[in-house]
Amino acid sequence: MPKPLSTAPAWMRGTGPATCACCRIGRTRKRSAVERTIQNLTRALKNSVFSEQVAARPGLLQKADPRAKTAGLLGLLLATAVIRQPLILLGMYAVTLAGAAASRLSLGFFIKRVWLFIPIFAGIIVAPSIFNVVKAGDPLVTIWNFGHEVHLGPWSLGDSVAITKQGLEGAAILILRVAVSVSLAVLLALTTRWSDLLKALRVFYVPRVFILTLSMTYRYIFLLLSLASDMFTARRSRMVGPSNPREDRHFAAASMGTLLGKSHSLSNEIYAAMVSRGYNGEPVALRRFRARTADWAVFAAAVVIALVAWGADRALG
Amino acid sequence: MHIPDGYISPQTAGGLWAIMVPVWYTAAYKVKKVLKAKQAPLVAIGAAFTFVIMMFNVPVPGGTSGHAVGGTLVAVVLGPWAAIISVTVALVIQALFFGDGGIIAIGANCFNMAFVLPVSGYFIYRLLSAGAPASGARRWIGAGIGAYAGINLAAFMTAVEVGIQPGLFHAADGTPFYSPYGLSQTIPAMMLVHSTVIGFIELAVTSLAVLYLQRAHPGLLGGAAAPAPDAGGGFRLKPLIIGLLLMLIFVPLGLIASATAWGEWSPAEIRQRFGFVPEGMRRFAGIWRGILPGYGAQGGFWSSVPGYLVSGVVGVAIIGAITFLIVTFLSRRSGKSA
Repeated sequence: MPKPLSTAPAWMRGTGPATCACCRIGRTRKRSAVERTIQNLTRALKNSVFSEQVAARPGLLQKADPRAKTAGLLGLLLATAVIRQPLILLGMYAVTLAGAAASRLSLGFFIKRVWLFIPIFAGIIVAPSIFNVVKAGDPLVTIWNFGHEVHLGPWSLGDSVAITKQGLEGAAILILRVAVSVSLAVLLALTTRWSDLLKALRVFYVPRVFILTLSMTYRYIFLLLSLASDMFTARRSRMVGPSNPREDRHFAAASMGTLLGKSHSLSNEIYAAMVSRGYNGEPVALRRFRARTADWAVFAAAVVIALVAWGADRALG
Repeated sequence: MHIPDGYISPQTAGGLWAIMVPVWYTAAYKVKKVLKAKQAPLVAIGAAFTFVIMMFNVPVPGGTSGHAVGGTLVAVVLGPWAAIISVTVALVIQALFFGDGGIIAIGANCFNMAFVLPVSGYFIYRLLSAGAPASGARRWIGAGIGAYAGINLAAFMTAVEVGIQPGLFHAADGTPFYSPYGLSQTIPAMMLVHSTVIGFIELAVTSLAVLYLQRAHPGLLGGAAAPAPDAGGGFRLKPLIIGLLLMLIFVPLGLIASATAWGEWSPAEIRQRFGFVPEGMRRFAGIWRGILPGYGAQGGFWSSVPGYLVSGVVGVAIIGAITFLIVTFLSRRSGKSA
């Protein structure tokens, strides 16, 4: 039995032939737009619950002060953005793996989480550019030699198809850079309680009202997610046959309208509740962070790694 | 349309941060002035709403499905300034916690999806629905057209930001440091998808949602939640002017970048290799020659910076004229029917 995806009863989630034949038989079943939406909504909820669990584990990065951690990771992210040597990017990737290990994340899980799906997608996008027919460059491996210039409609393909040195190197740089950037972001998101991470933005002079808005948004996303999930589950449970796309489209738009109406009256109620508790437009923070020496050590280590990587990149390039 | 970290250079990302900081500042000031202490809950819930509807799966005729951004819808209900902040907050949470879009690229993603999209979408909605009652047909038609134009403009901006990378940042031997594709590849790729599929998802969803609001929550369209319409005539013109000025600066920049990439190879080399890039650029140049007669020799006035600026101004004027004609036509028709 798969893990429950939604609050729908079990008979509805089963994949046996007894349920609606349109979308529930076999592996190649085509899920309806309603089901896909429920899955998207549930995935977001699951994701955040999981992050909070990981953030509660004892580990190197979990213990660090959110401000030191955020500033340090931002330094590493900036270094990653300017580095141009594939080898040094590979070294940076090793650093993120070490960070994950020190934070008691299983490496298999961490690698899977990072590479699926943004870096793999980057690889697919960048793949055509390694061939000389798409982007000019010095041929490294010739795949096909026509012997004469070949034309395809208005395009000329040249006289051979080859993988170019520039294309290969550029692809390696892009994929590695994307992978390191995503690894750093995932490390930050997984090892920090999300409410702490938002408060840590104060270090970067983000206005307090903006942080209040961010944390309120974060809190109410879950309410709206479950509201939306309920609407779509209710719809799903009233469906006995395949729905047509036109109906689905109308339903999606009507749900948006309903959600917008609900959100608006909700914001009025929240405002009334805030005012009755003494809110006058100036947010007040309850929890204060206290940075210890160990926190500064994490920050200093991140800055040193970023500077060394940047220096090595300049020395090699 | 979310750009991950690594596709664009920190210089490009930094430039877009620099554009967005004053935009955020102005938006925060405007929203605070109109909504006072109420702004935090309203904008926060607006952002949560934006975040959640980006997960709604919308089927498209032809079997595929996609998701809408909803920026124009938020702007129609909350006004353009509150929409800028709401979509920004949603994008920041997506980047920090869900890995949708990079962290350094937040400036770029916000420029495209939190600024260009809702502001242009909202302005077109206001133009097309000017004077129409809250229940009028021009409201949902205008919102739909605004949404379509907004998401396509945003996609165009994304294509330009990514497309200028190989020309600006590459090693001496041509190895690209960031995204390898030039403007002649990114613009057709992005525009093909957005003008045929994603644009229509946005159009359908926004129109249908406004239609639904007209029936179920007409108060939301009457301007009670949107501060913009009450704030005077000059106010709503500003987003358009700022947007157009930025576009005017931005678009020629991209063309200059592609021109330097062009100049790197000698004509003999181009003939020898005949990659897709120069061929596409030649065709691109040919189109311009058709639109602006006299755009002739390479290196003449039209390929200089003032030349690009002039062609930008001409382009904006043409778009402005078309919009003006549509508005005149629509308001005349509604005048007859009334």
